[in-house]
Amino acid sequence: MFAVFKKPLFWIAVLVVIVAATLPWYVSGYILGLLTVAYYFGVFSMSWDLLFGFAGEVNFGPTFLIGTGAYTAGILNAQFSLPMTLCIALGALAAVLAGLVLAMPALRVRGPYFGLTTLVAVLILQNFIVVFADLTGGEIGLTIPDVLSIDAGVNYWIALGFMTVSGAILFGLSQSPVGLVLQASGQDPVQAGALGFNIVKHKLAAFIVSAFFSGLSGALLVFYFGTASVGTVIDIAVGVQVIVAAVLGGRRTVLGAALGAIFLIVAGEFLRPTGELATFIVSAVALVVILFFPSGFLGSVLSREARS
Amino acid sequence: MNATTTTAPVLEVRNLTKRFGGLTAVKNLSFELRAGEIFGLIGPNGSGKSTAMKSIMGIERPTAGSVLFEGHDVAGWPSHRIARRGFGMVFQHSRPLNRQTVLENIMVALLPDSLLMLLPNKALTERAKWIAERVGLAEVMNRRPPTLPFADLRRLELAKAIARDPKVVLVDEPFAGLTLAEVATFSDLIRSFRDEGRAVMLVDHNVKSVAALVDRVLAMYLGEEIASGRAEEVMRNETVRRVYLGGAIETSARPEANFTDTVPLLQVENVSVHYGKAQALQNVSIHVHRGEFVSIVGLNGAGKTTLFNTISGFLPHSGEIRRDGESLRGLSPAKIARSGLVQCPETRELFGEMTVRENLDLGGQHLTPADKDAQLEWLFELFPILKQRQGQMAQTLSGGEQQMLAIGRALMMKPKILILDEPTLGLAPVILEQLSKALEKLRQTTSITVLLGEQNVTFALPHADRVYVLEHARIVWEGDPGRFAAEAGEGYL
Repeated sequence: MFAVFKKPLFWIAVLVVIVAATLPWYVSGYILGLLTVAYYFGVFSMSWDLLFGFAGEVNFGPTFLIGTGAYTAGILNAQFSLPMTLCIALGALAAVLAGLVLAMPALRVRGPYFGLTTLVAVLILQNFIVVFADLTGGEIGLTIPDVLSIDAGVNYWIALGFMTVSGAILFGLSQSPVGLVLQASGQDPVQAGALGFNIVKHKLAAFIVSAFFSGLSGALLVFYFGTASVGTVIDIAVGVQVIVAAVLGGRRTVLGAALGAIFLIVAGEFLRPTGELATFIVSAVALVVILFFPSGFLGSVLSREARS
Repeated sequence: MNATTTTAPVLEVRNLTKRFGGLTAVKNLSFELRAGEIFGLIGPNGSGKSTAMKSIMGIERPTAGSVLFEGHDVAGWPSHRIARRGFGMVFQHSRPLNRQTVLENIMVALLPDSLLMLLPNKALTERAKWIAERVGLAEVMNRRPPTLPFADLRRLELAKAIARDPKVVLVDEPFAGLTLAEVATFSDLIRSFRDEGRAVMLVDHNVKSVAALVDRVLAMYLGEEIASGRAEEVMRNETVRRVYLGGAIETSARPEANFTDTVPLLQVENVSVHYGKAQALQNVSIHVHRGEFVSIVGLNGAGKTTLFNTISGFLPHSGEIRRDGESLRGLSPAKIARSGLVQCPETRELFGEMTVRENLDLGGQHLTPADKDAQLEWLFELFPILKQRQGQMAQTLSGGEQQMLAIGRALMMKPKILILDEPTLGLAPVILEQLSKALEKLRQTTSITVLLGEQNVTFALPHADRVYVLEHARIVWEGDPGRFAAEAGEGYL
């Protein structure tokens, strides 16, 4: 466990966080806003990697968990005027419950069906939001009275702190004995079973943790935006971005997923002057990385270390 | 042995039965296993031995029967509960955690099945170190699996299986892929498990490979026990000999001098193939003349399928494969098949949700409509049952019918060279006879060159003009089928 302090990657991560924390003193509010969103996305991607990289389950619907957390928090605040912190906590809880309802039956089906189930769940949630527009704001979106802060710097620090803490917990978990068992279950479920591990239990736990951080991050994001809309937290395209970020950053690395998310969002924004081309260029880069460096940014570094 | 025979068995298997749909893979299997004994479960490919082992371990759920461990019935439990009760299993194929060290991989096996274990525990590390030393991994325990030689990866599997000190150890094909020197070391290790008082069950294809190691053997065929006892007794048993060697075999070989082509139609020269670190073929050379029927005999795992897949262009290899003197290197599998070198694979690979007719039509896709109809008519004469079954989905056919369809589909491609990989796999004797007749007809009435891979000697010899024996990735014997029993048969049991 304490071996992690001896690894250069750990100290690089610490250094990066320290440098990132100083940004509000010399960077424009526009860039801070961009990074704030990127950090929340980083948590989405890290949570997703815990499921895909470690438990070996492809969740095509990360936005089902994110959206449930985001909308639960938003609706409770906008329609029932509950205090913000309570809304955020209940949002995370709702995501966990929704995740459980989804995963319990889905984890029992084999092969690609788990992924398909999660995909359908997103569509159901999206329809629900549109149909019950009185409650949810429908396609126009939901305006939320409370915000985390009106100061860009404070918002930025909240997001950075949240991502750092989530990353530390998720990474620690992935390296813990439970994480090892999870990884073994993902890689060879038959053998993990024969070694005496209850696969379903471990995968379910991973799903709950993933749902918790996804929902929490989604809830924080709506209180940063001041709105909740299908296009920002539920749409399939958002889910695809979360997945691409995680794969770009490196499967089974957790922290790489955050790097991937920051890269995707920042690169997309910097290419904005190119107009419609921006999405195309970012997607092309992502495609090249996935095709030629399937283990991603951080994964390539780590596997070189493993071979030495 | 004598001291242990008085104690109660650790594991008692009673009337174990496992059915997959209409197929009965294990039928009423009963045996017992005592502490301090090594027991061999033997049978040719498709005999149900692996299914029996998986059913004991809970990886497959038994259809009927009981598995008593120290008197408690564990049949139908999930494998993780059975494992915690005191079972360890050594898998033939391993997928270790490549980013963790050998020691960490062993530690995983020691962890409790708990979600609260968030910090590693010093005692576990010490125990993992001890186990690493125990199986001979002390030198490499801080390395990561991708850097290890094959034998060490197998040691890692042994280490994981015995990590939690199981009372029963199940080992799937203990010596697959190992060199002779490594076989000796692994035998010693497995013996030491016995001497520690564990009950060890080995699953393997033939008696010979485990004879020196086991105290008792049970031979299976088509899901049922056919003989049991000490290894020598089982090897002498008539039924066992018939299953592996066949009874009196009538051969009808044409001497090699009869084939007048100066350059053989198919030449395989010094071909070697590796799967990662395991050597699957070692300097294999064979040749087949135009119109000849050549059988390659070898036990499962000897390398037959690898050889055929190499010829069909699926595997990277060293050495040369020539057809009519021209190298096949660089040709895609599709090109090779289209040019008339057609393989009918061991696994049949039928399109299960298509009809019999659709499967055959796909085989004849490249023929003109007139040619296709003629070929189909000829084929229905060879396998009349396929004509009746035309409209039926392929996956609903019986095993024998599926095999006929697989051969039929290959024949629809109008092959010049037909490769048949283990057509007898898991089929009942009566079906074998029908297949055998069809092969005879092929040989008599067509000019198709046939390369047949078989572990069933009775089936492989009667039609063959020439026989090769493949053992441990090498060709060890070549000759006339009439001399096989005398010269190569003994080593084959």
